[in-house]
Amino acid sequence: MILVLIEAVAGAAAPLSLEAVHFARDLAAKIGAPVEALVVGGAGGDLVGQLGEQGVSRVHHAQADGFDSYSAAAWASALEDRVTALSPQFVLAAASARGNEIVAHLAVRLERPMATNCVTIEPGEQITATRQIWGGAALEELHLEQSPVLLTMASHAAGVEPADQPTVPEVVAFAPELRAGDLVARVVRVEAGEGGGSDLAAARVVVGGGRGVGGADSFDSLLDLAALLGGTLGVSRVVTSQGWRPHHEQVGQTGTRIAPDLYVACGISGAIQHMAGCQSAKTILAINTDAGAPMVAKADYAIIGNLHEVVPAIAAEIRRRTS
Amino acid sequence: MNILISIKRVAGASGRITLTDDAQAVDARHVGYTLSPHEECAVELAVQTVEAHGGAAAVLSVGVEDVVDQMRDALSVGVGSGVLVEADASTWAPGDVAAAIAEVVADHAAAGTSYDLLLFGNEAADTGDFQVGIAVAHRLGLPCVTGVKAFEVTEAGVTARRDGPDGVEVFELPLPAVLTVRDGAVIPRYPSVPGRIKAKRAPIERLTPTISPVGNGRIRLTVPPEVPSTVEVLGTGADAAVAAVDLFERLGLLSR
Ligand SMILES: Cc1cc2nc3c(=O)[nH]c(=O)nc-3n(C[C@H](O)[C@H](O)[C@H](O)COP(=O)(O)OP(=O)(O)OC[C@H]3O[C@@H](n4cnc5c(N)ncnc54)[C@H](O)[C@@H]3O)c2cc1C
Ligand SMILES: Nc1ncnc2c1ncn2[C@@H]1O[C@H](COP(=O)(O)O)[C@@H](O)[C@H]1O
Repeated sequence: MILVLIEAVAGAAAPLSLEAVHFARDLAAKIGAPVEALVVGGAGGDLVGQLGEQGVSRVHHAQADGFDSYSAAAWASALEDRVTALSPQFVLAAASARGNEIVAHLAVRLERPMATNCVTIEPGEQITATRQIWGGAALEELHLEQSPVLLTMASHAAGVEPADQPTVPEVVAFAPELRAGDLVARVVRVEAGEGGGSDLAAARVVVGGGRGVGGADSFDSLLDLAALLGGTLGVSRVVTSQGWRPHHEQVGQTGTRIAPDLYVACGISGAIQHMAGCQSAKTILAINTDAGAPMVAKADYAIIGNLHEVVPAIAAEIRRRTS
Repeated sequence: MNILISIKRVAGASGRITLTDDAQAVDARHVGYTLSPHEECAVELAVQTVEAHGGAAAVLSVGVEDVVDQMRDALSVGVGSGVLVEADASTWAPGDVAAAIAEVVADHAAAGTSYDLLLFGNEAADTGDFQVGIAVAHRLGLPCVTGVKAFEVTEAGVTARRDGPDGVEVFELPLPAVLTVRDGAVIPRYPSVPGRIKAKRAPIERLTPTISPVGNGRIRLTVPPEVPSTVEVLGTGADAAVAAVDLFERLGLLSR
């Protein structure tokens, strides 16, 4: 059996969790095993139906008083309960902040190795996996110990796709026993955030600025272009580490991962850690003085020139056509 | 307030990655070495906390002698001392690194130095295992919050904040505690000249771990084939604006 940890957001499975289920289904077909899911705490909405569309045969629903606020250790106790009860061959989660930490807690308790950010799994006598390292700029092939094999799946290692054979999952409610220390590190309250990161992740257009912008007070033309395109500003780490713009605007391995229809990268060289955050953009337009910059090579379109001349000219042309 | 920050030296690659001949590591000959931005922020937060509350910060790394270079960087911005756990950890599993770190923390406690906060990066810049901090916490029986952007020391312990799916998640923990830090809320300071001089003289304790490593199961590293560039240059300078806006129209991004 393959057990997939599901993260729910507002009564629906998180897209990354559904990708993990799709990945699990392909693996399940190879080893001839069913896919089951674990949901912790509130499972409102049509979560079970959604998992049925994904071909999940059983949904384990952990309920306990401790689950009304999030704690990685308590979530791991729910997972541990199912692993002990059901002996799955594989335990999968999305390589999200929560997926990684919950499986990591499980791994230390079971004293099992865990592989994060996996993209492929070869089952067999000797299991091998391939995982992304360096933000996806390199891959590691590794052997994994059997039963259970603990993995988190890199985002977009599989798409979200409904199963050929949808199911009506059996729902198994259970009440895992929480350990004494499980609730010490739990969310005691949620405060309103700057919001920037999530806006950026969902933006259809991102106008990016890097070191080439030159200073904190030189972002006006980029902000203007972003507004004209109904988009938002994203920046490189040089920009945030200089204090020119706040960190929630940072795109990259240690910032936000964006997936817009259009990314206009202005004065950004295209370091691997930056590309890790923008490689899901459908179209990239690079504006750079250096025709040899990696960003230009990786872009779909490029304009070679000074961004302080090019960006205002683009904004003027948009105004001319739309007024 | 005693704080221990664990750091990992990694190759400073930012362009296309090249591997060593045996494909077991990233070739750092031409790119030098660095720390993860997460760990740089952990150092900065530790120094700020010690400035505000007194006490001392120490930096620890499990690795070969060369990691002392990265420890000196931390020592030059206000960290007081270093601990080098000498081992070639490149084939170690994150759990092995955690075991070696937990061993040092326990030994220091037995010798009279206990830490209120153990800080880590959220994930290492190279392997991105997301495990060492959690595994150390587990071994020492301490609470752990990952992905922390900022924290403040309070009467009761420590209040830590991180970004969550619904907003900023707040945790209130007793000390001692483990926090893994994410880049974002603070800007790491640059060392001053006196800081550099002080770092040269700062004490570095050298220890040999006694753990038996399990190993990370690595077979080899690979680098995905370079995708040939398909870039279409729309033009040069401000004159290219027309072509750019034509593109936006084709993408359906202009509203009239
Ligand atoms: C572990 C790790 C994690 C990291 N995480 C991130 C991350 O999340 N996000 C991130 O962005 N970086 C990250 N970095 C840093 C990354 O390696 C690069 O240093 C950074 O992305 C470079 O930023 P930049 O492109 O703005 O600056 P530079 O590399 O200096 O590039 C500036 C570019 O601007 C061009 N330019 C200059 N003037 C002009 C002008 N007037 N008009 C047009 N073009 C101009 C130049 O030709 C050049 O291409 C990380 C690094 C490490 C080691
Ligand atoms: N060899 C090491 N020595 C000291 N600290 C380490 C080492 N490896 C990892 N760490 C710490 O653990 C964090 C998480 O690493 P990882 O679990 O490997 O992603 C890093 O950001 C470091 O703070």
